[in-house]
Amino acid sequence: MNSRISRRRFVTGAAAASILAGCDSRPVISFLRAMKDWNAGFEAALFSPSRLAPELPESATTPEDDFPEYFISDEAPDVPPIWFLSVGGLVDRPRQFKLAELQAMAQTSMRVRHHCVEGWSAVASWQGLRVSELARAAGLKQGVRYVEFRSFDSGYWSCWDLASAMHPQTLLAWGMNGHPLTSGHGAPLRVYSAVKLGYKMCKYLAEVNFLPHNSGGYWENQGYDWFAGV
Amino acid sequence: MAASAESASNLRRQQPLPIRIVHWCNALIIVLMAGSGLQILIAYPYLGPRGALYGWYPLQGVAPPGWLTVGGWLAGGRRWHFAIAWFFVINGLIYLAYLAGSGEWRRRIFNPKRDARAAVAQFFYYARIRKQPPPRDFYNGLQRLAYTSIILIGVAMALSGLAIYKPVQFHLLTRLFGGYDGARVVHLAGLAMIALFVAAHVVLVALHPKEILAMVTGGKRE
Repeated sequence: MNSRISRRRFVTGAAAASILAGCDSRPVISFLRAMKDWNAGFEAALFSPSRLAPELPESATTPEDDFPEYFISDEAPDVPPIWFLSVGGLVDRPRQFKLAELQAMAQTSMRVRHHCVEGWSAVASWQGLRVSELARAAGLKQGVRYVEFRSFDSGYWSCWDLASAMHPQTLLAWGMNGHPLTSGHGAPLRVYSAVKLGYKMCKYLAEVNFLPHNSGGYWENQGYDWFAGV
Repeated sequence: MAASAESASNLRRQQPLPIRIVHWCNALIIVLMAGSGLQILIAYPYLGPRGALYGWYPLQGVAPPGWLTVGGWLAGGRRWHFAIAWFFVINGLIYLAYLAGSGEWRRRIFNPKRDARAAVAQFFYYARIRKQPPPRDFYNGLQRLAYTSIILIGVAMALSGLAIYKPVQFHLLTRLFGGYDGARVVHLAGLAMIALFVAAHVVLVALHPKEILAMVTGGKRE
């Protein structure tokens, strides 16, 4: 992000703030947009690639019936008869992975707190492969700055900054609390991360693309924060 | 020396210009922060994590009414809240810097040695237990207590807000509030205290309209 431009936008925003009138007037809208961009830069600056979310004891686990299951299709999407994960974009070795192939690469397990944009939190343990390990297997080319996760849940997707995707607590998870993902939680494979809000963690995963540009996201394009770090 | 410093401060207006500007900016900021905060609360009007809601909280599931909210929906409320939060903090820092730099803090900030007894006496006077108002100088003891407490509550709001905003990046701060859900409790309790303060403040200045005028024109030089 160009900090000189965002600073200039911030000053413009401050000027607009002083003439706050109606909520839908043009200066108010451009003020809010400028502050949104400023805050995205602020969030990226606060993010530390090495700072870990605290791991929690098993006793902190939320009863699974109380852990909400969100998807955008009318019902939890069924796994397609032939499922694989497509890995592409600016990579040396684009390819398709069967679940067992991903599981054979490495496994990480972590129990961390989940933060939803709505304000609730919940705790589970998650088992999966670090996105950074998938990136190493795929071989990132010069110019990759974003990682796009795409699902088979009515086209839901979310695009991430590369640094958050490479965080050691960002996984492609196939397990929750030691068992395979249930359909409500994104079976067979989902993104799970300790450093983002829930809506960034694309469930029902179908594709991972390493991109030079930001492709937005399902909720992000409707007005929710794009960076959405915690 | 002491005498000339004394007379200089005697020439100071009741409400110097920087305080008036910060005050009216703050009034707008508080309305927008409270309204957008309530909009965010509507998305999950509970306290406590999923599966372990706090039993002591009497308003579980009670959402604030829409007419109190700013932003229209969750994403709009968040956008307002995180935009105006900067101005809340900057405005507050300007206020504190001015208090410290100008010496205004001496006649405004609660000093237990000077004001504790006067605050109790003032409370008894308001409660009609005491007939005569206790002697006051620039502010009475209860005013100093209220105006100082609300500064501390403002600081707690900024810190608990940061703890909710970035519970992983600021996880030590978040732990200070008893974790993410503890920080939400502090943040909502702070809003309740600010609402009480504003209600009392508005009633009391309505009873003493000269004070409203002073916050606009500066008032007489004291």
